[in-house]
Amino acid sequence: MTALIGPNGSGKSTLLRLFAGLWRPDNGEMLLDGNPVHSLARKEIARRVAFVPQETQIDFAFTVGEILAMGRYAHRGRFSPQSQVDHHAINSAAEYCDVTHLINRAINTLSGGERQRVLIARSLVVEPEFILLDEPTANLDIHHALDVLQLCESLSRKGKTVIVATHDFNLVTRYVTRLILLQAGLVIAEGPQQEVLGPQTIQEVFHVEAEMVPTKTGHPVYVFHQRTGFQGSVQGTRLD
Amino acid sequence: MSAVAQSNPLADISSTSRLRLSIFYGFLLPVVFLSLLAGVAIGSTHISWSTILRVAEFKLLPQAWTSSVHITNADEVIVWLIRVPRVIVAFFVGAGLAAAGVLLQALFRNPLAEPGLVGAGEGAVLGGVISFVTGWSATSVLSLPLMAMVGALLALFIVYAMSTRGGVTPVATLLLAGVATSALLSAVASLLLSVNIVNWQIAQEIVFWMMGGLDARTWTHVWLCAPFVVLGIAASLLQTRDLDLLQLGEETAASFGVDVESSKRMLTLTAAILTGAAVAVAGLIGFVGLLVPHAVRLILGPSNRTLLPASALTGGAFLVLCDLLARTIHPPTEIRLGIVTALCGGPLFIYLLLRQYRGVAN
Repeated sequence: MTALIGPNGSGKSTLLRLFAGLWRPDNGEMLLDGNPVHSLARKEIARRVAFVPQETQIDFAFTVGEILAMGRYAHRGRFSPQSQVDHHAINSAAEYCDVTHLINRAINTLSGGERQRVLIARSLVVEPEFILLDEPTANLDIHHALDVLQLCESLSRKGKTVIVATHDFNLVTRYVTRLILLQAGLVIAEGPQQEVLGPQTIQEVFHVEAEMVPTKTGHPVYVFHQRTGFQGSVQGTRLD
Repeated sequence: MSAVAQSNPLADISSTSRLRLSIFYGFLLPVVFLSLLAGVAIGSTHISWSTILRVAEFKLLPQAWTSSVHITNADEVIVWLIRVPRVIVAFFVGAGLAAAGVLLQALFRNPLAEPGLVGAGEGAVLGGVISFVTGWSATSVLSLPLMAMVGALLALFIVYAMSTRGGVTPVATLLLAGVATSALLSAVASLLLSVNIVNWQIAQEIVFWMMGGLDARTWTHVWLCAPFVVLGIAASLLQTRDLDLLQLGEETAASFGVDVESSKRMLTLTAAILTGAAVAVAGLIGFVGLLVPHAVRLILGPSNRTLLPASALTGGAFLVLCDLLARTIHPPTEIRLGIVTALCGGPLFIYLLLRQYRGVAN
């Protein structure tokens, strides 16, 4: 499992969308097995690359079963009914993500954590090689966030290439094997945590001072200290 | 077999929703049938059931099987040339408007979208007016629905381009773009009418047509409308899975393999065919495309595969009943059909609007 990290606006979401073929690069090419992504048919990309958007809110009262079935769009012809294979893909994805008991519920009545699990299940229904998740933990409390990251990690152990874009790198370091650090659209560093996320790099990219604290997981976590210069300017302005 | 079904949660959901669907159609089909029958049987002139049956027999069965001895000429005219075509036109117009509503709601991702609101209705009216003033409608009656469809299509393109940015359509922009475009198109239609007022015969024809309604509809109107509505509904049924995904957002739809641009084009074209066919024979009847899909969605859920055909049938029956109400509530005068549908649909529209502004969409 790989994490795309970087401050807001560094190009994490953009990179995911280019990879999923949702946007077309202005310059250069996004290659998938040596072929430009946008030269592939829409359905062909969709069968190989699944994208889980940051926004999980769905306004229409589709049931979870219907939402999951939509994941088979790229596999079914316009006239073909749901096959045994489709059925199996839906059931096993639901089971894997532990949403089988929600299958008759309307998606807009679920909690944020449940909804995120359903959307990950839907990406699994596609049976893709790559699963891209844009800020999958942004709207979740810590319990459900870890839950979702654990699910992603297990998918990557199952043989899927999982890429998570997030700005909250403290949360993901213990689950990922590889980090890609972006700043202003450029890759600054890539590799395991020790190589990518030193206090010096964090200072340069995120403009905060980071103190590394060892933990029992073997992955140090970071405690952040705001630069004093900025604090001074905040104190100078009366905000109340 | 049943053991397999039990271990399979999805077999379970499809059986519960199938049950709900059978109950729904169990109610709906008799209602459709009875509304059509009532539409023919009830009216300002009393005609007995047996006469209606005999006219139907005479018209529908081979000559050798029946005799026309018990039917007067007046009965035949009232039943076969006045009431039956009117009821059939009402049914297809209602079905077309309801189906167009379903399509537009998915396209704009908003339960408020309906042909009258997003400019398609006024576009169709303008198209019709153009076919009158150019004289095309006199050369070929088919030019009326075709021009109405072209008008609806152009209006939809304009409103969509104005209200949607990056696959997102805010409610406020949708309403404003729809209202502004409708006002502009209807002004152009009125302008064309004013310019042609000297040609009294054409002007009269246009005014009568623009007023809409279902009085004095003939078999010609049936043939101008029904085939296009059937075509439009058939085309929509091929797009229901695209509709479901588009309803979740264009980016999501694209990421699951929908060719969003071509899907939207097909969807807009289909909605324009349905709206144009309805407006060409009945004028602009508001709120059917809003009211019917909303009610059906509450019962059957938002999945377009079930919503679309169910809304079309319900819309047909709904408009037949509204028309029946419009011509029997205060005899012998008929109140305009649009009044009845607006009285039913207006309050719902306001309710949906308030709910959206409180941030809870359907």
